[in-house]
Amino acid sequence: MLKIRNLHAKIDDKEILRGINLDIKPGEVHAIMGPNGSGKSTLSAVLAGNEAFEVTEGEVTFNGKNLLDMAPEDRSREGLFLSFQYPVEIPGVSMVNFMRTALNEHRKYRGEAPMSASDFLKLMRDKKNLVEIDSNLTNRAVNEGFSGGEKKKNEIFQMAMLQPKLAILDETDSGLDIDALRIVANGVTKLKSPENATIVITHYQRLLDYIVPDHVHVLYKGRIVKSAGKELALELEEKGYDWIKKEFED
Amino acid sequence: MNVTEILSGLTEALVNTYQQHAATLAENHAAVVNRLRESALPAFVKMGIPNNKVENYKYTNLQPLFAGNFEFFPHADTDMHITTEAFRCDVPDLQSHLIFLVNGAFAGVSNKNNLPKGVEISSFKEFATHRAQIVEQYYGQAAPLHHDGIVALNTLLASDGYAIYIPKGVVIEEPLQIVNILTGDTDRLVIQRNLIVVEEDAQVRIMVCDHTLSASRFVANTVTEVFVDQRAIFDLYNLQNQHNLTTQIAGTYIRQKANSNVMSNNITLHTGVARNNIHVHMDDEHCESHVYGLYLNDKSQHVDNYVFMDHAKPNCFSSELFKGVIDDYASAAFTGRILVQRDAQKTNAYQSCNNLLLTSDAKVNTKPQLEIYADDVKCSHGATVGQIDENAMFYLRSRGLSPEEARILLMYAFAYEVVEKIRVEPLKEQIRTLVEKRFRGELDKCDACVLCDSKARTAGCM
Repeated sequence: MLKIRNLHAKIDDKEILRGINLDIKPGEVHAIMGPNGSGKSTLSAVLAGNEAFEVTEGEVTFNGKNLLDMAPEDRSREGLFLSFQYPVEIPGVSMVNFMRTALNEHRKYRGEAPMSASDFLKLMRDKKNLVEIDSNLTNRAVNEGFSGGEKKKNEIFQMAMLQPKLAILDETDSGLDIDALRIVANGVTKLKSPENATIVITHYQRLLDYIVPDHVHVLYKGRIVKSAGKELALELEEKGYDWIKKEFED
Repeated sequence: MNVTEILSGLTEALVNTYQQHAATLAENHAAVVNRLRESALPAFVKMGIPNNKVENYKYTNLQPLFAGNFEFFPHADTDMHITTEAFRCDVPDLQSHLIFLVNGAFAGVSNKNNLPKGVEISSFKEFATHRAQIVEQYYGQAAPLHHDGIVALNTLLASDGYAIYIPKGVVIEEPLQIVNILTGDTDRLVIQRNLIVVEEDAQVRIMVCDHTLSASRFVANTVTEVFVDQRAIFDLYNLQNQHNLTTQIAGTYIRQKANSNVMSNNITLHTGVARNNIHVHMDDEHCESHVYGLYLNDKSQHVDNYVFMDHAKPNCFSSELFKGVIDDYASAAFTGRILVQRDAQKTNAYQSCNNLLLTSDAKVNTKPQLEIYADDVKCSHGATVGQIDENAMFYLRSRGLSPEEARILLMYAFAYEVVEKIRVEPLKEQIRTLVEKRFRGELDKCDACVLCDSKARTAGCM
């Protein structure tokens, strides 16, 4: 589904990603862990098409297509979804309007007719139930005045609405209390299918108790320095990152 | 030609226009209207049309806009029946009263028989002659004849417009709609003079739509004086949707009495040059006034809002919110003068002007001007100029929205706050749609009549 080969990216002449290689197949859950500043969020931003970063080398294919050539909106329409670490507040844009526009843009891309208002509202209701999002949130402006937890739940709700093939959850667990964490994780788990894949970017092992990864990768200084099964996450939780740093420096 | 020459030439030309039509203008008009013409003449000769050397018109030089061959008609000059027919409302269950004016002259009101008892909606000229006593009491009391050349010119050439009189205690539920049409096959100077009197405990909400129906150049000088008595509630929404050859100078001069509540909202969707003068004089305690505005300019359009909040008495509240979205090489200006007079303790006055510039050629000047002579007051002002938020843009695009869609959503998100202030639900809904259409570039210059499905499209609009 996703193939990353020797991906290099920089911002303001500072190289952050320095040769990433990664393969993700349908049905898989990959966790990307690593200390602060290792390039985890940069990787997700580059995959989503944030123009603040410049890709200097390497290639990324998504379902056979060159991802790096696509505009952010086309990546989304092709089925890539980024759950933001810091979702943006947009006063004045209602959630309903935002989601209907997004969904219809996806449908247009696939050559489908826009969804009727009643079908749309029904879909929204169903997805809200699925991710246990408070129904008031969707009556408000996008993320405006939402708490940290509400913003993250809202990201998962949007994911449920857009049904991506590949979801990248960037630090979705940061700032969440245990209940919110469970709700978010349950949402993600419910949306999992053999056809879609998930990348979970996180600092801590905590979220991985709920979203169990098939593969765990450690990112350090812009490279994946270690890959293993889910047991790696537990080992990191226990021992921290220092042994990996040491291993890498050696 | 230097500035003085333009000034004197222009003043002379306009004074000539007056002298040419003086007899017609005075004929059958109310004594007070004619009397004020006599004061207006020297005032206008002294001040002339303001250029940008006049402090209050610093950002809008009106002189070049008045230069040219504009025809002036002291009376109704077109077949009004045909024009208003084109605007006939299509909404069958519409309860509201529609008032038409063509080139400043009163052309009629629909549904007149359904008006509550005592309410009068009529031609200003007719009202001035029939209700001389009321007009004597109010005419020229709010508009600053001696301080603004535009008001002086309006007073000099005043003939018609609309008059609305809401007697004590009468509440009109449905908003009144006024449709101003500019039309004609030659370039026109249009003078319109309006009077609104809202007596004690009365309530009325008025929606004014400004349109152009022909491709001529128009200079419209409109002065509206509004008197809001104790505990009365008055809303004035002005939707400006005119073509780029239009210069609209709209002066609204409001006087409030104790415990009255006033709202004005100027929404400039489209026009060549718009200058809105909004003066609110809080003449008594516990007045509340809200003055809002939204301007959406592109190409070479220019919109200048000048607000003067005069807190003359204690315990009054005023709030101002203006927002602008400026595209291409368009420009805008805002001046917010707040005067808190010595007596006006416990004044609360808030002002905010926010602008979104879409290009590096777009321009805005925003100027708060607070003069506070009392010592126990709360006043605040703020002005911002910014661009589209790139983070929000990326967020929306990452959900599949095209950059165009995302931009429209964000522009609307910026503007919505002013639209949300509208206190009449159906109006709010319609204006929301119009603003969005404007951002999409789908706004027809004939679309603006809010509650009407305008047939004007077929009436040769440009």
